[in-house]
Amino acid sequence: MATTDATQGSPADEQSSRPQWVDQRNANQEDLDQQIFSAGYNGDVVRRFLGFVSPYRNVLIIGVIAVIIFALSVLALPWIIRTTVNDVLDITQRSGDDARNILYVMVGLFFGAVVLHVIVGYIQNIIVGRIAEHILIDLRRAMYEHLQRVSMSFMDKTEVGRMMSRLQGDVAALQEFLETAVVSIGDFLLLFGIVIAMLIMDWRLAVLTFAVVSTLAIARAVWLPIARRAFLYSRQTASITSGALAENINGVRVVQGMSREHVNLDLFKEKADEQLWASKRAARIGLIMIAMVDTLSGTAMAIIIVVGGSWVIGNSLEIGSMLAFILYVQLFFDPIRSITMHYAVFQRAMASGERIFEVLDVPIDIQDKDDAKPLVDNDGSVEFKNVTFGYLEDKPILKDINFRVEPGETIALVGPTGSGKTSITSLLHRFYDIWEGEILIGGKDVRDVELSTLGNNIGMVLQEPYLFSSTVFENIRYNKFDATREEVVAAARAVGAHEFIMRLPNGYDTELEQRGGNLSLGQRQLISFARAIVADTKILILDEATASIDSYTELLIQQALARLLEGRTGIVIAHRLATIRGADRIIVLQNGEIIETGNHDELIAHGGLYARLYSMNYASFDDIPDELIAEAMEYSRTAAT
Amino acid sequence: MGFFINLFTRLTMPTAVSATTGTTRASSRSDAESETGSFKVLMRIVRMALDYPGLLAIGLVFIIGASLFQLFIPLLIGDGVATVEEAFTSPNPDTDTLQRTLLFTALALLGSAVLRGIFTFGHMYISENVAQRLGYRLRMLYYEKLQRLSFAYHDRVHTGDLLTRGLLDIEGIRAFASRGLLRVVYLAIFVGTGTFLMMRVDWELALISLSFVPIAGWRAIVARLQTSRGWRLYQEEMGRLTKVMDENLKGIRVVRSFSAEPYEMEKYDKSSNEAFTRAFHLVSVRSKNLSIITLAFLGVMSIVLLVGGLKVLDENDPFSLGHLAQFLAFMSIMQNPVRQLGMVVAGWAQGATSGKRLFEVLDQIPEIDDKPGAKDLVLTDGALRFEHVDFAYMDEYGDEQVLTDVSFEARPGHTIGIVGPPGSGKSTLAHLIPRFYDPIAGRILIDDQDISDVTLSSLRRTVGVVEQDTFLFTTTIDNNVAYGDPWAEHRNIESATSHAQMSEYVERLPSGYGTLIGERGVSLSGGQRQRLSIARSIMLHPQVIVFDDSTAAIDAATEQRIRAALQEVTADRATIIISHRLSSLMHANEILFLEGGKIVERGSHAELLELGGKYRDLYELQIRPDDDVDVGGGI
Repeated sequence: MATTDATQGSPADEQSSRPQWVDQRNANQEDLDQQIFSAGYNGDVVRRFLGFVSPYRNVLIIGVIAVIIFALSVLALPWIIRTTVNDVLDITQRSGDDARNILYVMVGLFFGAVVLHVIVGYIQNIIVGRIAEHILIDLRRAMYEHLQRVSMSFMDKTEVGRMMSRLQGDVAALQEFLETAVVSIGDFLLLFGIVIAMLIMDWRLAVLTFAVVSTLAIARAVWLPIARRAFLYSRQTASITSGALAENINGVRVVQGMSREHVNLDLFKEKADEQLWASKRAARIGLIMIAMVDTLSGTAMAIIIVVGGSWVIGNSLEIGSMLAFILYVQLFFDPIRSITMHYAVFQRAMASGERIFEVLDVPIDIQDKDDAKPLVDNDGSVEFKNVTFGYLEDKPILKDINFRVEPGETIALVGPTGSGKTSITSLLHRFYDIWEGEILIGGKDVRDVELSTLGNNIGMVLQEPYLFSSTVFENIRYNKFDATREEVVAAARAVGAHEFIMRLPNGYDTELEQRGGNLSLGQRQLISFARAIVADTKILILDEATASIDSYTELLIQQALARLLEGRTGIVIAHRLATIRGADRIIVLQNGEIIETGNHDELIAHGGLYARLYSMNYASFDDIPDELIAEAMEYSRTAAT
Repeated sequence: MGFFINLFTRLTMPTAVSATTGTTRASSRSDAESETGSFKVLMRIVRMALDYPGLLAIGLVFIIGASLFQLFIPLLIGDGVATVEEAFTSPNPDTDTLQRTLLFTALALLGSAVLRGIFTFGHMYISENVAQRLGYRLRMLYYEKLQRLSFAYHDRVHTGDLLTRGLLDIEGIRAFASRGLLRVVYLAIFVGTGTFLMMRVDWELALISLSFVPIAGWRAIVARLQTSRGWRLYQEEMGRLTKVMDENLKGIRVVRSFSAEPYEMEKYDKSSNEAFTRAFHLVSVRSKNLSIITLAFLGVMSIVLLVGGLKVLDENDPFSLGHLAQFLAFMSIMQNPVRQLGMVVAGWAQGATSGKRLFEVLDQIPEIDDKPGAKDLVLTDGALRFEHVDFAYMDEYGDEQVLTDVSFEARPGHTIGIVGPPGSGKSTLAHLIPRFYDPIAGRILIDDQDISDVTLSSLRRTVGVVEQDTFLFTTTIDNNVAYGDPWAEHRNIESATSHAQMSEYVERLPSGYGTLIGERGVSLSGGQRQRLSIARSIMLHPQVIVFDDSTAAIDAATEQRIRAALQEVTADRATIIISHRLSSLMHANEILFLEGGKIVERGSHAELLELGGKYRDLYELQIRPDDDVDVGGGI
């Protein structure tokens, strides 16, 4: 990984809860994609896809039968008309009552075919639609469920937006394909049937007709890519104007504050002009096909009338067949259109299918052992024994870490960005597996217990409080469904969140906007504290927020913190001096190693890095400019030797 | 017309669609109101479209041409069959003449087909052209309006909602103009002429063959309206599902740390099943109506075949096989336009709802605007004065007073510091100075001119507010810094950036000032964003500059450097610093302590410490963490 990356800011105000190198992802996303999805995948997409279809095999067979009957019934109608005309209405056959009786029979047949056509058509639509939806839901669910289990290191490397586009866009592309796939079987059958029917009636006229109709297929093949490009371009211009509109709405306060309205309107006009031009052009190109189809179908009918007609007069063609030709020609155009379209849909679906299976193929690195047991009888102790760990091979983030936290003890992890604090907390939850050593919780190795029980034992409060868009109540209760309203309220009271929650429009039932957008940072923090209290775990990991919060809320949070840690084993990634000093023990990390440990007074007496940083008299370690940190580190290193 | 309006208002009402015939009396009044409302909206769109009379006139000619030539085709097919038939019926047919007639018929057919194609292309293109121009005009009007609507409006209305109106509703109106305006004329002319022509041949059979039109048309309309509503519901459900997935993936650490995967799957399944139900409902609505339409069409065709067949067999009836062919061809040509009725009516429904939503915004009058005859602000030395200012946000949440009797003066070269608990009205005060809101009582003066009497643009060029929430645009760094002055010289951009202590970082970037910000460019930290926003404001050399908690994410040391750098620039300007970090404002000439919208303490830092009030309490809390206070509680 490149070390000189544009995205790295000065550490003084660059705060990342994730390992440093993750932030460099913009640099070479392509390479990363290769890395994420093991490169040599040979896509037998169709075979795997059939695996998802097979549960619906029986229904699908009915669907295909329906499609076949449907195509046959479409073919039958002109044919019946032909027979009627030939047998009944043709002048040579005309003989009173006899003809009338045959007419009744033929019309009865026609009506029967109509009823069959309608019924089968209905069945076909319902079945195909239903199966398509089912398969999509299965696929999406399989992907989503898989993503719940893949390793954290995969999730770190992956942008959520890209995953969402697979879950939505690619699944939708498959949907389009599935819905049309079965129907296109019908289209093929229909085309084939029309060709056969025409050849049976009169091969000479059939060949003439095909000559005209095949022109359409060629014309469409030429037209389609041009039209698609034109439409794509018009959609691009549309999304550019939309983007400009969106940005202007979001930034309207800046725009007004700086009186830039006129400049923006001019710039917007340029984009809107381009969109107007592009969409008019796309409409022109798109509509040309209408004129084309009209001309060609007219040509085909004219040929049938002039050539077929003279053959009828010359007695070498039946008049009913001539009529049937005219009717069949009109049936030709729809299937040709949809088949040429299906091809593009098919291509897109293949590519999408590949991307979907790529996600399903991401290995699940971290799983329960076969003999994994639930984590019970946890006394709340935590122990790291000779732990070495890193995200990239040969680049250990933690080197031979050893420490033990007694039940009920609170330790503060302190150290510069990149020293390995966040990694320690992630390992406790077994988000990653370590390279060497052991991590024990309540005396049991985290790799020997069931993953799903870790959550009941270890609670976590992230640096950036993460709230879901549901009610305050549901956010505090979160995973603990059996928590009563009283428990939730008690938890909120304990952290001092009750007052502001009650001031919200609907109290605890207020719907939070996306990620708690309608709350301040401090309030979101308090709610995530309350959530941890309701979860009531023996061990609590807390990544203290670094963002500046006003002093009033800050005081509330400090008090809440104390309540939160009461009676629990606490591991706090601490930034505030007040928090650090309140801890039972402080572990100072530097470059993945523990360089000092002890309580505040001991460390001050020791006179190492901690003492240096403390003496700089900043209220928060995060306020210390990076130059000074580097200086202090240099100083303590030289002092040690 | 009235029938259709009534129809779609009833169908698009949220109440049961299936029970359209028996809707309750009680709601009929509001039905009627929304009916006329919708009608007015549609007429307004039609009036806008009438601004293109030339295009519309040509469109009309094309429509008539397209209808006529389209209708010639079944006639000519019938003629062709009749000519052939003649070879058998007439006692001594003249084969050559018949052949010639056939050739003429075929040529006429070919000609009609080509002309039909051209005219159809023409009228559809003109519809689209008018619709696109209409969309374009609305888009420009909308953009312009949004820029002018005041802060209070933007506070009230969600950005997502404004965006939907700007994208989907303009698109809805465009679709209405494209499919619902000229197309109606086309359908009327086409079906009318077709009926007339068929009636002339045989009125009985004409009535029979046309009997499918009302049924098919009705079902097409119902289907279209039901599906477009079903589609909307489905999209909503998909939106919910997307949110569930998106939040899960973004918050995957929370999910995993609580071992909440089963709970999350449950949430997902609930939403996913809901979406499935909706999707499937759509499929069944579509299938059902399609089947009904097909049955009506082909069923009627069977009857035509029977009755027509009998007529052909009847020796006394002049009705020939050619006529029967004509009727069959007529029916199949009639089929598509009738199915389009659904599209047309759905277009109206869409046009009415979209139009209503869009015009709602376009008809808004900006609450804050230049007074008639307002003059530019005349700057002498740039002194700002608040005189007994009261303010309240007048919105649906009530009119609680936010500022009460605020008076102070910021003289050139002086700094006013404002501090106070959250919600005390600090930001509101800042927003009154560039007239983002107007006070409900009192006056704000710059150089003795009431700011509500001068032009907005001159005022806002004089006052610079660096906001708490920095909004940067997705463009390059230099474009962002020069946002208020797009034609600025590059060295001015550099000097502003350097004053904001940002130039060192920017110059280290590979593309320097040309680096893109945002999704496709560099992602800046909160502090870096704030520094750019400071640079952006000082670029304009405002005479009065307000820092609204705009250094919260910047570390204290960097902030000190910024202040020092700004000192020379702001030496002759009035500066207002709002902050909860006392070190940012303790050197101010005067510090105002706001609480509940009132100034409760005022004076210099030393005076306020001396006073021993709220300011002093805050100072104790921040600057000198008290050794005796056990902040760690029980730890």
